[in-house]
Amino acid sequence: MRDVAIVAFAQTRHTGHDTGLSEAEMILPVINEVKERTGLQRFGFTCSGSCDYLAGAPFSFVSALDAVGAWPPISESHVEMDGAWALYEAWVRLQHGDIDSALVYGFGKSSLGDLRAITTLQLDPYYLAPLGLDQLSVAALQAAAAGVDRAELDEIVRRSRADGRGNAYALDLPEEVPDGFAVEPLKTADIAPITDGAAAVVLATGDLVTRLCDNPAYIRGIAHRIEPHYLGMRDLARSASAAEAARAAGVGKGAVEVAELHTQFAHEEPILRRALELPADTVINPSGGPLAANPVMATGLIRIGEAARRIHDGTASRTVGHAASGPCLQHNLVAVLEA
Amino acid sequence: MPSESGALVARHVLEFPGGYTRTTGPVIGRFLTELRAGRIVGVRTAEGRVLVPPLEYDPATGDAVTSEYVEVGPAGTVTACAWVHEPRPGHPLDRPFAWATIKLDGADTSLVHAVDAGNPKALSPGTRVWPVWRQDRDGQITDISHFAPEVTKIVSHVRAEYRLQAGGALGTFLEAIGRGVFIGGACATCGQVYVPFRGSCPECGTVITEQVELPDTGTITTFAINNLPDPRAPEVPFVSAYILLDGSDSPLIALVGGVPAHEVRQGMRVRAEWIPREEWTPSLANVRWFAPTGEPDVEL
Repeated sequence: MRDVAIVAFAQTRHTGHDTGLSEAEMILPVINEVKERTGLQRFGFTCSGSCDYLAGAPFSFVSALDAVGAWPPISESHVEMDGAWALYEAWVRLQHGDIDSALVYGFGKSSLGDLRAITTLQLDPYYLAPLGLDQLSVAALQAAAAGVDRAELDEIVRRSRADGRGNAYALDLPEEVPDGFAVEPLKTADIAPITDGAAAVVLATGDLVTRLCDNPAYIRGIAHRIEPHYLGMRDLARSASAAEAARAAGVGKGAVEVAELHTQFAHEEPILRRALELPADTVINPSGGPLAANPVMATGLIRIGEAARRIHDGTASRTVGHAASGPCLQHNLVAVLEA
Repeated sequence: MPSESGALVARHVLEFPGGYTRTTGPVIGRFLTELRAGRIVGVRTAEGRVLVPPLEYDPATGDAVTSEYVEVGPAGTVTACAWVHEPRPGHPLDRPFAWATIKLDGADTSLVHAVDAGNPKALSPGTRVWPVWRQDRDGQITDISHFAPEVTKIVSHVRAEYRLQAGGALGTFLEAIGRGVFIGGACATCGQVYVPFRGSCPECGTVITEQVELPDTGTITTFAINNLPDPRAPEVPFVSAYILLDGSDSPLIALVGGVPAHEVRQGMRVRAEWIPREEWTPSLANVRWFAPTGEPDVEL
């Protein structure tokens, strides 16, 4: 394996509303930021993650390439997934050995449509989608199965909002938490806010790493695992795929100072914490996490970026970034980063 | 187009006219065909487990499933449930309902569906539920309209009709009411005055012959505030009270009106409020209710 490091990370100042900027306009500043920080104008490989259903336009990701500058032709790819999986593809591409840099970005404007209903379209069309199971309904089923203590969930929400208020990129959600159920037992406050935003990461390998970054965050392990799509085929109280991915990525091989988890709902934190076997002294989502800003399709990439940032700024030496996809944490990616 | 705020806003709809046509393949197709016929089947895996709904491959091993289909249910047990307080347009029910994972009898996995349970307390892990089928089935998961908890109670309707005739003492009393008069009976032995009029003294057994005309004023001795509607009462809540007519020793049950329910009290002085004279019949319905006279309360 070639050592691959995250040498730059940038994200938008996420908004809870549509600013009217196109996706390309939203991405452009973060692309420019990582280009500036690394001094690179061209990359060996470019990979993005987004979801066309958010904008309701097929191949909408192609127009986002306007922000990258794709001429003369670049080597480029896209995943219809969170940008974290674009990062995984870029990491694999760097293993080929013929290139030494990659640009990864993820973006999404979930303000454009009804995200709760749009996520129904990701469900299997035979057994689940015809029932109209929306995002909050499936999450509530998992919350019910997990049966997490209400006080623990309240504390997760409180902490995430407080950390988010301290993070200039996250939303400024009030300390006063709204009460009431969305779909019982899921409370309105347990749900990540509707958010527009984008993020970009530069990966490098070989000598380039130390030329571009003083404190590179080396990807010591990265793996993703998936479990059955159909909710009734799994134990919703646990995340078997997150546990498998964590083992494969080697989370337990050392202490984890910070873990940024892709928790779109408060109850997902204890499920993931258990799956990743994170000890009590691991700081979870110091950025505020998705409960403070959830730019869908960038949220997972931001988790890895935030985990890298702790190493870039020297405040941590071993961190974990996690991304999830699909209903009820169906698909999980875990990256272990080290100084 | 410009919106009210001046921003340029347009509506955009993503839709495939008529919907996509999707082939089901043999496994899902078999399940949906059985649903159309009103049966729920699972498929047996090579390891012997029964997957409901059937999948082409065993998610535990990745092996192709066998060709053995097993009828399951129709009842099952809820393993997890979530309550939808406000159904969305695409949901199976337009009233509050639950989503549930349901382990159908004979299955090794759970089916996800809606449960019409009335209220969230009616459902929890372990609750037994049965499918409610749609009338017109065409081979979709929604051929099961929803599930419903087991039947644990029924509503029994009771009704019988009678013909009652007031011939004796009651006839005497009602005939007087028909003239706007309360008639009581005075016991010659113990001196008690009973209203309505009665033929014998319930205390000493003496035959009562003496009729006493009583005024239509009295005192409330006790009362009840009723919160269930009654055809004889004008509204809910209403007050029914024991009223001791002046000069009588036994109270009469009647409605109290003309005063908010919470102001009615023991010792309150009341007077009968009669319906218009031209509507009088030999019936206590002549008295709409008793209403406060405004006199000071009486010590009971």
